[in-house]
Amino acid sequence: MSFNLDSKIPSGPLAEKWDKHKFESKRVNPANKRKYTVIVVGTGLAGGSAAATLAELGYNVLSFCIQDSPRRAHSIAAQGGINAAKNYPNDGDSIRNLFYDTIKGGDYRAREANVYRLAQVSNNIIDQMVSQGVPFAREYGGYLDNRSFGGAQVSRTFYARGQTGQQLLLGAYSGMMKMVAKGKIKQFSRREMMDLVVINGKARGIIVRNLITGELERYAADAVLLCTGGYGNVFYLSTNAQASNASASWRCYKRGAGFANPCFTQIHPTCIPVHGDYQSKLTLMSESLRNDGRVWVPKKKNDERRPEDIPEDERDYYLERIYPSFGNLAPRDVSSRQAKFRCDEGHGVGSTKQAVYLDFRDAIKRDGQETIAGRYGNLFEMYERITGENPYKTPMMIYPAVHYTMGGLWVDYNLQSTIPGLHVLGEANFSDHGANRLGASALMQGLADGYFVIPYTLSNYLASSPLEKVTVEDNAFKDAEQAVKLQTSKLLGIKGKIPVSEFHRKLGHYMWDYVGMGRNEAGLKKAIDGIRKLREEFWHDVNVPGETGNFNIELHKATRVADFLELGELMALDALERNESCGGHFREEYQTQDNEAKRDDEQYAHAAVWEYTGQNSSPIRHKEELVFENVKLATRSYK
Amino acid sequence: MSSAQNMTLNLKIWRQNNNSSEGKLVDYRVENVSPDMSFLEMIDVLNNQLVRKGEDPVAFDHDCREGICGMCSMMINGKAHGGYKNTTTCQVHMRLYKDGDTIVIEPFRAAAFPVVKDLAVDRSAIDKVMAAGGYISANTGNAPDANSILIPKPVAEEAMDAAACIGCGACVASCPNGSGMLFMGAKVSQLALLPQGSVESPKRALNMVYTHDNLGFGNCTTHAECEATCPKGISIEHIARMNREYLKAAFTYHEKKRSEGAG
Ligand SMILES: Cc1cc2nc3c(=O)[nH]c(=O)nc-3n(C[C@H](O)[C@H](O)[C@H](O)COP(=O)(O)OP(=O)(O)OC[C@H]3O[C@@H](n4cnc5c(N)ncnc54)[C@H](O)[C@@H]3O)c2cc1C
Ligand code: SF4
Ligand code: FES
Repeated sequence: MSFNLDSKIPSGPLAEKWDKHKFESKRVNPANKRKYTVIVVGTGLAGGSAAATLAELGYNVLSFCIQDSPRRAHSIAAQGGINAAKNYPNDGDSIRNLFYDTIKGGDYRAREANVYRLAQVSNNIIDQMVSQGVPFAREYGGYLDNRSFGGAQVSRTFYARGQTGQQLLLGAYSGMMKMVAKGKIKQFSRREMMDLVVINGKARGIIVRNLITGELERYAADAVLLCTGGYGNVFYLSTNAQASNASASWRCYKRGAGFANPCFTQIHPTCIPVHGDYQSKLTLMSESLRNDGRVWVPKKKNDERRPEDIPEDERDYYLERIYPSFGNLAPRDVSSRQAKFRCDEGHGVGSTKQAVYLDFRDAIKRDGQETIAGRYGNLFEMYERITGENPYKTPMMIYPAVHYTMGGLWVDYNLQSTIPGLHVLGEANFSDHGANRLGASALMQGLADGYFVIPYTLSNYLASSPLEKVTVEDNAFKDAEQAVKLQTSKLLGIKGKIPVSEFHRKLGHYMWDYVGMGRNEAGLKKAIDGIRKLREEFWHDVNVPGETGNFNIELHKATRVADFLELGELMALDALERNESCGGHFREEYQTQDNEAKRDDEQYAHAAVWEYTGQNSSPIRHKEELVFENVKLATRSYK
Repeated sequence: MSSAQNMTLNLKIWRQNNNSSEGKLVDYRVENVSPDMSFLEMIDVLNNQLVRKGEDPVAFDHDCREGICGMCSMMINGKAHGGYKNTTTCQVHMRLYKDGDTIVIEPFRAAAFPVVKDLAVDRSAIDKVMAAGGYISANTGNAPDANSILIPKPVAEEAMDAAACIGCGACVASCPNGSGMLFMGAKVSQLALLPQGSVESPKRALNMVYTHDNLGFGNCTTHAECEATCPKGISIEHIARMNREYLKAAFTYHEKKRSEGAG
């Protein structure tokens, strides 16, 4: 079997592709829209905006989420901001500039046409969100305010205090609620998609678990939109919410959707360091802090002095030293790696020596404590609540943590996966960030996909595909449901000794140690081996108490961890097969003399797309070659 | 981080199998609790102990574990989210407790929030109130340039103060009447403050209040317990603003009815 990896990039000049494509797309006439039903799984920025917009257009939308309300999707936690090419500060920004920064930031591993479209619609997103009442930060004149994020030399980031994701999601949610009231969206909370139903080669429905009653439910539709977020929790500890998982994507992968670049993971440089075995998550300290905070380590190894007692000339402000033109705003992959290098060399600080300082002393001296509090007050409070230390007085201690996954299900220009009718939006797809995502670009992408891309491309699909009638009584539904039932009873029947989270934590160690910030052949092979054994142990010795017929939190975790245990192996395999370093994927064998990532454009200027071939056979690696017509492939430099 | 000693705690936790069964407080003991743990991590430790014994772990709601999703919801020693200033349950850290302490943990209790299991409750009534008007009727795609609507910084800040509500329901759980006026007032107020939202404001207030009252939320009798407990510091001023919008609407509605010759 071979995948059809036609990217369907429209022909013509870059700047005209999207308009041309929209013009050429087939439309569903308004009266016919109400004849179509669309399933939208996930209510984050991607799913929320898609559900609201499709319902406004007249489609019948069935919306699903794990949390008890669509407003609680993981997007809510985004802090720092959202990019757009408005050029309000008049500092030379443009659509082309945002496009270029994003392609370069992604280390030339994303599709030009998708990224250009993203930059084009970015401005509409800000307009849309303002019209929905999102209280973005303003200047005294009443105009919208901007700040800077890593990897950019302009201020293009819009924000709402340190709660930008919350405000955007509540905007999308309010749009959804409006359509719920009109009866165009049926919203199902506390539901988890357990499988995709494919009939005659097309995605036609899903099987979900009602998390309260434990019942399995079947839903049929004309198309399925997967907006289920990223899979960073495969590392156990990450900045993601607890329910963030890979299962929906993974089940679709097993039904024939290609999984692209699974190893492309973003490790965010500024998070609160790990401090104990019992720890359940890592907390992000927004990148916006690097606008004013300076990152440093003591020049002396194993320096035990308090940071305040270390004189200026004994501090190594290593980002400013190595990257004078971007300084503390070097992109995430680069900044994270440098923090790791410093700690590996013995300059790390704090009780674990796995931390560096993020220091606001100079900014407070320059602008006053009140100004700094105005910018970051809530983040400083959050830091103090978790660590018990006051960052106005002593520098923050930070360390990189898993944050985002650039990899995801492969989609074409229309956001359609290799399964017709299955569209994938937001962090769940692989599309726009290449091997490294720039800060404030995920919110932009999620909303671009949901508000401004899918309404056009979905109508083109519906209007041009013959869709025979299906019902939930079809065998495909029964079979899929039966398979889920079997897995459930197997999990409940093992009655082993070890709780699910123990396996998850062990998997996390393999992932962090060998598939994390630095990867090499020997380590990756060790990870593959270790994960396989761990998976076997899981299926022999996991203890999932209770039964199906109620709210069984251990069962919910178990099905997700079972999938992580498979995905982790694929990530290691993907990293092993990519014999180059690019963006967040740093293969230690491939680095320049000054420890920067060394790409191999001859061999690897492609997306690796994995095809599932069965439980006991190896997946196949396909390629989508990336064609660069508008940017010159260059060594990425932030010096 | 603190280097204080680990603790042993006595927990009294509400266990209830589902909405139709009886519930009761059950005693548990957890050892080796580090002061750096979060409250929910302490319950994780307990749950892992229970699972190892093949017992049913304590069900509770949580997701972001950083105080923003509004999913976590517990009464700790009789107070919603533990009663610490501007803090959600997931942000409570064990350094606030002492070795040997007894902690009583119960679900949010309110007529509008039936128990799902143990500490998890059903707060879908909040979504229903929002669906009754907590939005601006702007469809996707027609928005004017964002800077064509100028909003003075203080107004934007005040709207943001209101918009910070995480929909956790602690205000409802701590109100003697189980009223939802604070979270609803915050939304009405946010949108009333902004020029984009003010057009629909009176109608919004009317519809939301009507739905609120029908869902089993109680009336506001200005105890202000809600404001004291709210983890996002939402002020009861917003309830006052909502009431003004409501009165405008009630008046218009009444006038309209009269002019239509109702009755
Ligand atoms: C702490 C933090 C801060 C961030 N800050 C920023 C920032 O400042 N700027 C920026 O641009 N990006 C930021 N990001 C990244 C950004 O928030 C995410 O990439 C983005 O919000 C993802 O949105 P989404 O809609 O794709 O998915 P999510 O918001 O993750 O939503 C996933 C949805 O899918 C549902 N779901 C998942 N699986 C299933 C299933 N099996 N069945 C049913 N439903 C399911 C969930 O319930 C949820 O509704 C941040 C991320 C984190 C972790
Ligand atoms: S007003 Fe405060 S307590 Fe009430 S739901 Fe909102 S955040 Fe929670
Ligand atoms: S778990 Fe999200 S607010 Fe507590």
